[in-house]
Order: sequence, then structure tokens, then C-alpha cells
Amino acid sequence: MASTREIRRRIRSVRNISQVTRAMEAVAASKMRRAQQQVMATRPYAEKALEVLSHIARLHGSGDPMDALITSRAEIKRVGIVLITADRGLAGGFNANVLRQNALFIKEQRDRGREVEVVAVGRKGRDWLLRYDPVIRAEFTNMPDTLATADIAPISRTVIDDFRSQRFDEVHIIFTDFVNTLLQRPTVQQILPVVPAETTAAMPPDYIFEPSVEAVLEQVLIGFTEVQILQAMYESIASEHSARMVAMRNATEAANELVDELTLTYNKARQEGITRELMDIIGGSIGLE
Amino acid sequence: MTIQVEIVTPSRQLYSGEVEMITMPGVEGELGVLAGHAPLLTTLNIGELTLHNAGGEPEYIAVSGGVVEVLPDKVIVMARSAERADEIDVARAEEALQRAEEALRTRPDEDRQPVEIAYRRSQLRLKVARRRRRTRPGVFVEDEG
Repeated sequence: MASTREIRRRIRSVRNISQVTRAMEAVAASKMRRAQQQVMATRPYAEKALEVLSHIARLHGSGDPMDALITSRAEIKRVGIVLITADRGLAGGFNANVLRQNALFIKEQRDRGREVEVVAVGRKGRDWLLRYDPVIRAEFTNMPDTLATADIAPISRTVIDDFRSQRFDEVHIIFTDFVNTLLQRPTVQQILPVVPAETTAAMPPDYIFEPSVEAVLEQVLIGFTEVQILQAMYESIASEHSARMVAMRNATEAANELVDELTLTYNKARQEGITRELMDIIGGSIGLE
Repeated sequence: MTIQVEIVTPSRQLYSGEVEMITMPGVEGELGVLAGHAPLLTTLNIGELTLHNAGGEPEYIAVSGGVVEVLPDKVIVMARSAERADEIDVARAEEALQRAEEALRTRPDEDRQPVEIAYRRSQLRLKVARRRRRTRPGVFVEDEG
């Protein structure tokens, strides 16, 4: 049995760990709430952009050549992936889950004879790619938690330019969708070419376009791509913090259990020590008689 | 007659309310819209957007790029980014302007375009920031957080 002093030291250290994990849980909880609000805040823009987009798509019918960003290519040879992971670990299975999804998707694309390149957002994704499958087109790490459009503009510019220059025939984004605090789902979503949704909204009036339909369409498409990346980032940030929150809560609970166990062992050891001392004293006093 | 105005950016809804008139930096020049305007879809330049309220002081917003949808009773501004005068960090904008000026002097001609855009944006932000109003703000939708 370990000495009482050693046990006491372990109790203290485990208790410190539980304090740290509890603090991390609280931080993650507040960051998660913030990211959830940001997800909500992107909706008005996304909805509006989609509405204008499907309106223009309908206006043009199917035959006319429109913007390249909205035109599906007959043959898909090269696929781009925007992979969103966290910069940091200690978030349960968060990074592992999205990386597994990424590996599956890459394999699936290669099985269909397509080449794959990845734009890695987040350090964990980049590190994984560097180690196992270095098909990195670009990397973006140390993204701020409070993202603005300007922060993701380089990402969208990269994929839009690559799509236009035919380096990619399709671009997908792989991120973690925030369902609720207990469930986050790795998700693959196509971002280019843009697929305008069928809306059932009433036919809007005939617009005047300035300077041209094409120019307006291009702006809407760029904006829509940006907002999709932004939404995926926010979803991913919310998921990361929520996964970390749960992981930290489990760690705190485990640490507290360990403290209880160690306290019991400590008490036993202490009692044993006392008993032993008593025996010594009694033994000594008998010897004296 | 007032017209309903909504200003949205990818990261937030910046403004929602009724105004007398709105002027915007359209690609084909300054664009003023009153209630009853013909339906229009147009792209935006980097520039200053002004909301003219009945009686009150006008409100100024710096926008850079995007699309505007005009309907007879409603204007929806989908800006790539938008900041109102009192949100602009003047020190940062000045810094950015100096950086851009520096880059314009040293850069070769071929990749000047992004720098020129940055230059115009920081100039605009400073201009709008100087419009900072002393009066009570209007019905701005508060920033997240």
C-alpha cells in the first residue's frame, strides 16, 4: 500500500485536474452558444441569396449558358474538398469523426476514377493530411472563433478560382453539422457548382438588371458560396465546443470519482497506520509490565 | 411614403426598418431609391450607403460589394460586408490605408488590383467613420453576442 503522503499528493493533483476540466467545460459552453447564434445570423442572407438565385435560374430556363459557377460539368475528373477541422484537440471524437468522413469520401471519389485535392481548414485536418494523404491544395489554420466574411474570403476565392480554371470540376465541403449538444454529424455538402433550390415562392416581378443579368448572377453566386462556407464554419465551431464541453464534463466526473476512491484508500491507509501505532504502543506497554 | 429596408451580410443582419429614401453605390453610379421604385437587381460598388429618415439625421453605412434587390415597397441589400459609422475602428482603418499606400508604391503593376481594392475600402471606412453621428442611433439590429 502506498504511503499516506503519496496518496494525499495524488488526491491534490486529481482535484486540480478536475478544476481545469471544469473551467474548460464552462469556456466551451459559452463559445458554443456564441457559435450557435452566429449560425442563426447567417440565415437571412443565405435565404435571400438562394431566392434570387433560383429566380435568375428560372428566368434563364435550362438551355442558356449561364455563369460557370452554376453549370454542372459533363465529366467530373477532379474534385476539390474543403475540410473543416479544429485547431485543437481535447474535444472527444470531434476531429476523428470528421477525418474519418473525409477519408471515406476521398476513397469513394478515387474509386470512381477522380482525382482529389483538399483545402484544409484547421490544424488537425492539415496534420492528418500531411501524415497520411498529402493532397493539400491550400491550408488555413488559426482561424478566429468569431469569424467574419473577411476571414473566409481567401478560402472561397481559392475554390472559386480553382473551379473556374477547371482545376476542380466539383467542390465539396466536409464539416461537422451541429444537431444538438449531444449529437454532431460529419457532413459532406456540394458547394460548387451551386445547385439552386426549387422554390415554391410566387414568381417575383420582372426585374431590371444592372449592369447585366450575368454580373448580378456572378455576385450572388460568390456571395452564396461565401455564406455556405461561413455557415459550415460556424456549425463546425459550435460542434467542436459542444464536443469539448461533453468531453470535459466526463473528465471532471471521472476525476471526481477518482478523488472519492483515493480518499477512501487514504482513510484506510491512515486507519491502518493508527492501528499499527496502537499495536506498537500496546505491545510496548505489555513488554514493560 | 416610406420604404422598408433590410441590410444583410453573410455574418449578420445589420439593419431592418423604414426609411424615407436610401442611396447606394450602384455599379452604374449613385443610386437613390424611394418607395414605388421599379423592380431592380443590381450589383454594388465599394461605397457609402445612406439611409434618409424622415426628419431625423441620415445614417451612414460603409458597404463593399454585393447585390441589391429593389421592389416597390422594399429594398434588400445583400452586402459582402457592411459596417455602420459608429462600428468602424478608425485606428485600424488608418493603419490599413497606410499599408495599402505603401504596397501601391512598391508593388509591380500586375498584382495591384487587390491592393487597390483594399485602398479604396480603407479610404471609404475612414470617410464613413467621420460621419459618426452624435444623435441617438436608429433601429439598428444589434450585433450578435
